[in-house]
Parts: sequence; structure tokens; C-alpha cells
Amino acid sequence: MTRPLVEVRDLKMHFPIHAGLLRRQIGAVRAVDGVSFDIREGETLGLVGESGCGKSTCGRAVLRLYDITDGEIVIDGKAIGHEDQNSLRHVRPTMQMVFQDPQASLNPRMTVARIISEPLDEHTKMSGAEKRARVLELMDKVGLNPTFASRYPHEFSGGQRQRIGIARALALNPKFIVCDEPIAALDVSIQAQVVNLLEELQDELGLTYLFISHDLSMVRHIADRVAVMYLGKIAELAPRDDLYAQPLHPYTQALLSAVPEPDPAQSDNQGERIVLRGDVPSPANPPDGCNFCTRCPAVMDVCRRIDPDFREVTPGRYVACHLYDPEHGGTAPEQTGGANPGTAQARTGTYPSTQQGGNP
Amino acid sequence: MPSGDRTVLEVRGLRTAFQTRSGSVYAVNDVSFDVKRGELLGVVGESGSGKSVTMMSLIGLLPMPPARIEAGEVLLDGEDLLKASPARLRNVRGGEVGFVFQDPMTSLNPVFPVGFQIVEPLRRHMGLSKKAARDRAVELLELVGIPGARARLDDYPHQFSGGMRQRVMIAIALACDPKLLIADEPTTALDVTIQAQILELVHKLRDELGMAIVWITHDLGVIAQIADRVLVMYGGQVVEQAPVRPLFRDPRHPYTRALLKTIPSVTGERAAKLQVIEGQPPILGAFPTACPFRDRCPLAFERCHAQNPAREVVAEGHDVACFHPSAQGAEAVA
Ligand SMILES: Nc1ncnc2c1ncn2[C@@H]1O[C@H](COP(=O)(O)OP(=O)(O)O)[C@@H](O)[C@H]1O
Ligand SMILES: Nc1ncnc2c1ncn2[C@@H]1O[C@H](COP(=O)(O)OP(=O)(O)O)[C@@H](O)[C@H]1O
Ligand SMILES: [Mg+2]
Ligand SMILES: [Mg+2]
Repeated sequence: MTRPLVEVRDLKMHFPIHAGLLRRQIGAVRAVDGVSFDIREGETLGLVGESGCGKSTCGRAVLRLYDITDGEIVIDGKAIGHEDQNSLRHVRPTMQMVFQDPQASLNPRMTVARIISEPLDEHTKMSGAEKRARVLELMDKVGLNPTFASRYPHEFSGGQRQRIGIARALALNPKFIVCDEPIAALDVSIQAQVVNLLEELQDELGLTYLFISHDLSMVRHIADRVAVMYLGKIAELAPRDDLYAQPLHPYTQALLSAVPEPDPAQSDNQGERIVLRGDVPSPANPPDGCNFCTRCPAVMDVCRRIDPDFREVTPGRYVACHLYDPEHGGTAPEQTGGANPGTAQARTGTYPSTQQGGNP
Repeated sequence: MPSGDRTVLEVRGLRTAFQTRSGSVYAVNDVSFDVKRGELLGVVGESGSGKSVTMMSLIGLLPMPPARIEAGEVLLDGEDLLKASPARLRNVRGGEVGFVFQDPMTSLNPVFPVGFQIVEPLRRHMGLSKKAARDRAVELLELVGIPGARARLDDYPHQFSGGMRQRVMIAIALACDPKLLIADEPTTALDVTIQAQILELVHKLRDELGMAIVWITHDLGVIAQIADRVLVMYGGQVVEQAPVRPLFRDPRHPYTRALLKTIPSVTGERAAKLQVIEGQPPILGAFPTACPFRDRCPLAFERCHAQNPAREVVAEGHDVACFHPSAQGAEAVA
């Protein structure tokens, strides 16, 4: 079993809330509140959930764009969770990010060539000619016409601007890329082009992705495994086919049933849809017990008292829910086996590593 | 499904263009459609295909200039709104026709409490007393599923979550019992769970109040769930119209076919590679004299470059604007 490229354990990112004249801290937004996952080399882990659940914060924290509150992060064998920003400089090239809004993340006053070569200026000792050659190579790789190198971002369409952002992220030959809603701002027909590009680059360069999105159908397309987040925590993590075929956590079930299927014959089955009531609680003041207990259709007494552990309930499938915890009267789910037992087998053993009992 | 067959809105040959510094933009070109009582017409098409401009043309919401409505009729219960006075149009808006737009923050006034924003049209259009209008406002907020409605009348828009604001917008649109509700991407910015709540509400409005609804979206999943009939727009034109099931089962226009192939779903077959429609949408710098889809169409032939196909009926309630024999029902070649 190859070692995962990315290992995250009990990651917490809390933002302080200050108030009053003295700006005293009166609380904290628990944007990410103890999440654990692995990403294997060459794999895409999808991270889904509704807006505000902590996906972006999680992605940024893993790349250490924040000083994290707590937890461990290991990337490519290096523990980076508590390194200072100065020593992080050496690992920065291996990990990159692609943002949602290509418009906002590209400097409008820089040419495409300068935007793409900026990381090269920063982290390499390449000559001007070498950088120029690298920029043209990158533009070609992401499907941009290299003759446009001296144009400015506003001269490009949304999809092309996202290609510029991807080219820049690739400049330093990273191994791991966090894609934070990279297609959310694009038109449907353009979304497919960008997703196909990301997949081709992954095959060609052996990239590892954390693919953040609220689009469950697109994540089903691109991800190998999927983590579902709710209010700062991971509710469920499973191989893609298992998760979509048989979601275990009541939140995953509700989320999937809310996606309108492009099939009018199914619109008659309205009754089967689980419509969640009420709003998501504030991450500054999450409920006691399970953080989904205020909206869960299957809520039990224990859920309001005890926060369920994030446990491996069948090989490779992790759920934080008392329904599947025999200790609290739950039952282990039946094993689905997935569409293809071979791949299910291969996926077993990736996060969180098999035995983590007694390790909260 | 309710089938009140009374036509509420009938649009004929609508043409809207913009005069800009860099030339004209022919945004809407000879668009015709109608909507019946108790019917939900879904409108799909990629961005820039003219969906919003069409709907804004109907009730005088476009800035003129730069916009100009060059031809057409917009019959609301037989009355041509393109000939109506500005005063009459003001009455129609928020009265007989309700609107919901994608971003509630741009349509709700941030400096007034939401209660006021519902009460005000009720008093203006329906002449209700202050007390009666407030009671009706509470009823409406309850109808759209806002908990503790009476206590929230004096709250400001920023005190509501995104989903709640969108419901407030719907409540305002519904305030004066409109015959017609026009919703332009009303759930695009919302999470799926909130979207599901709103779609459930819309079903109820159509079925229980018999409202005629036009629902614009780029999400074919949403269309499949709520539409009775679908209009597919491309390059400022209607390229196909059909009842929802035939549209998904037997799409005729090459653009509709391509569109249906590009969407991934959460159930069903998972494609190894996503289909893409290669190329770019057309530049609308001249009035179209050829098929707007010709440059991206796998089936385009000579005639498509020389003439703009008119909509031809291919089955009951189903029409398509395409010269290729496969659109008329012959087996596709490619
Ligand atoms: N810099 C910050 N300071 C305070 N709160 C923040 C900050 N960044 C994000 N948050 C809060 O953390 C929560 C999670 O946000 P985010 O990670 O952006 O969610 P998502 O990407 O899933 O929409 C939200 O409640 C958000 O308001
Ligand atoms: N104020 C305007 N000035 C010039 N062109 C405009 C204006 N508003 C819209 N357009 C153009 O009209 C066309 C149709 O736009 P729109 O109806 O908004 O598309 P959709 O709603 O289908 O995305 C587009 O080409 C758009 O650029
Ligand atoms: Mg985000
Ligand atoms: Mg629009």
C-alpha cells in the first residue's frame, strides 16, 4: 500500500470573534472543527457540502494559508501543520490552489505571461528565456493559444481565464492541487471543458486533487472518493460509487435527494424527496451532540448529547452517525461491495488508516 | 397536472436589440411563445442566449436606450403590453405580473424592513388598508415558509439568510395575486437543499393557485422536475419547444441533444468523459440570416449557412428550428 500523499488528522480552524471597545475575544467561528482524511497519490478527493460548511477554509488550512488552530497535516511525507510561514516556503511549490473566480484571482494589470511566470520568479532561478519557454509550454498544456501570451486577463472568456489560473498553478510542477469550486462561476458547457482539462492533466502529470464543490453531480464525475461536510465536520467519507449508490449519513441522503435529476419521469416521485427543514446552525454556536441533530430526520435522544465519532463502518467507508454505532444501539450497515469489488478492495485502507479506535 | 387551457401570456415575433458604442447587439430575434393558466414554462439556454432580455422586454424593465424593442406583440390576457403607457406598465409590474430574480439582494431594498416591501405594493395595487395589508403580508410569508412570520415583518433583508431572502422575494412577487409569475434563475445562487424547498413551493403555487409561471434556468435537472413545457433558446432565438417528457426523451435540435448529453447526474450512468459542445456561442452583431448554431453543429450543411430555419411542428406541441432531416424525425446520420 502506497503511503497517502496528503494526511490530515483532527484539523481545526477557528476564527476568533472580537467585540466591544477593547476588541476582546468573545467566541470563535468553528469553520473547521476536527476533520480527518487521506488523499492517495494520483487520487481526487471530492469535498462537498452547502455554502458556509467550511470547505474553502478546510482547503486553505490544508495548504497552510492559515495558521491552524489544531491538528496534523502531512504532505508528501512532511509534517507542515505547525511549521512557520518561512520554513513553509520550501514546500509551497509542491502544493497549489485553483480558485473559483478566475476574474478576482488574476491581477488585471499583468499580462498572461507575467501571471503564469510569477511563481517561477519567486521560487526558481530560471533565466528570462527559460521562463518564457516554460510559460509557452504551460499555455499550450492548458489549451491556451501561446500567441496570446502578452494579452491581459479581461481579453479572455471566463473559461479561458480559468485555464490561465490552472497554468499558473502548474508552473512549479506541484504534486497536490486544491481546486476550490473551480467551475462554479462558469457556464455549464464551459464547465465540462475545464473538468475534462483537469482530468487530462491529472493523468498526464500524476496530480493529486482536493476538489471542492457544491455540485454533487460534477463531483460524482471527477472524484474517486468523496467527503461530505456539514457545519465544520465531515459527516461521511466513502468511495464515490458507494456514496452515491448507498449514502449512509442522513445528511448525505438528504443532500443527494435534493439534487433534481435531469429526468422528468422522476418528478412524479416527489414524495421520496427528503426536504430538510430549518437553517444550518451558526458555526459560532454549534448544537450539543451531533452537529446535524437540529435538522436530522432520524434524530435520536443520544444525538443531542453525544457527538458521534467519525468511524470506519465498513472497509473504506467512514460515517459520523450514531445510527451505525452499535455502542449506541445502532447497526453496522450492510456491505454494498460497490460496483466493482476490485476497486473497492484497492481503496480499502486509505483514510483514515484502518485502526484509529481510542484516538478521538 | 392542471390544464386550464386559457392562455395568459402570448408573445409574438419579439425583437429586442441594443445600440452600444461598439455596434448593435441583436439579443432577441423573433421570439414567440405562450403560457397557459396553471402551466409552468421552463426556459433553458446557455448564458447570453437572450433569456433575461426576453423576459425583461415583456414588461418594460429594460433601459431604453440602449435597448430597443423593434417588433412584436406581448399579449397579457389579450392586452398588448408593448403598446401600454408607462403608468399602465407600472401597474402590471408587481400587480398582474410578479417577478423573482437570481439575486434577491439587488431587488430587495436594503434600507426598508421586508414587511414594508410587501405591504407597500398591496396598498398601491390592491388598495388594502394598512392593517389588512400587514395581515396579508404575514399570510404570504407563511405561504413561502418563513417561520415566525409576524415577528419578522420589521426585520431588514440582511437579517435573513440567502434562502429566506429568496422566499421573501417570492412573497413580494405573489403579493397581488399575479396571473403570471416570471422567475429568472431564482435558485441558481442557492444550495440544493434550499432549492428543493423552493421548488416544492412552486409546485404548490401552480397546482393550487393555478398560476402561469415562466421559469428561467440553465439547470436541466430543475427543468425536469418542475416544467410542463420547455423552450430552448440559442443565440437569441427559440430553437426548440416541447412538453417536458418528449423534450428529454426525443430531443430534435442538435443543440438540445448536445445540451442533454453534457450534464452529469447523481444517479444513472456515469460517463468516463464529459461531453462538451465545442466552440463558442455566436456573436450577435447582426440580425441572423443563418442558423445561429451552424458553427458548432455536427450536422450543419450548406443550407444552414445560407438561411435561418423557422420553427416547424414535428409532433403535438413540439416544434424545432432545424433544416436537418433528423430534426423532422428521420434517423440521425452522425
Ligand atoms: N476569515 C474568516 N473569519 C471569520 N470567519 C470566517 C472566515 N473565513 C470563513 N469564515 C466562516 O467560516 C465558515 C466556513 O466558511 P467557508 O470555509 O468559506 O465555507 P464554504 O467554502 O463551505 O462555503 C463560514 O461561517 C464563514 O463565514
Ligand atoms: N444592456 C445591455 N447592453 C448591451 N448588450 C446587452 C445588454 N444586456 C444584455 N445584452 C446582451 O444581450 C444578449 C442576451 O443577454 P441575456 O438575455 O442576459 O442572456 P441570458 O439571460 O440568456 O444569459 C447577450 O449577448 C448580452 O450580452
Ligand atoms: Mg467556499
Ligand atoms: Mg440571464
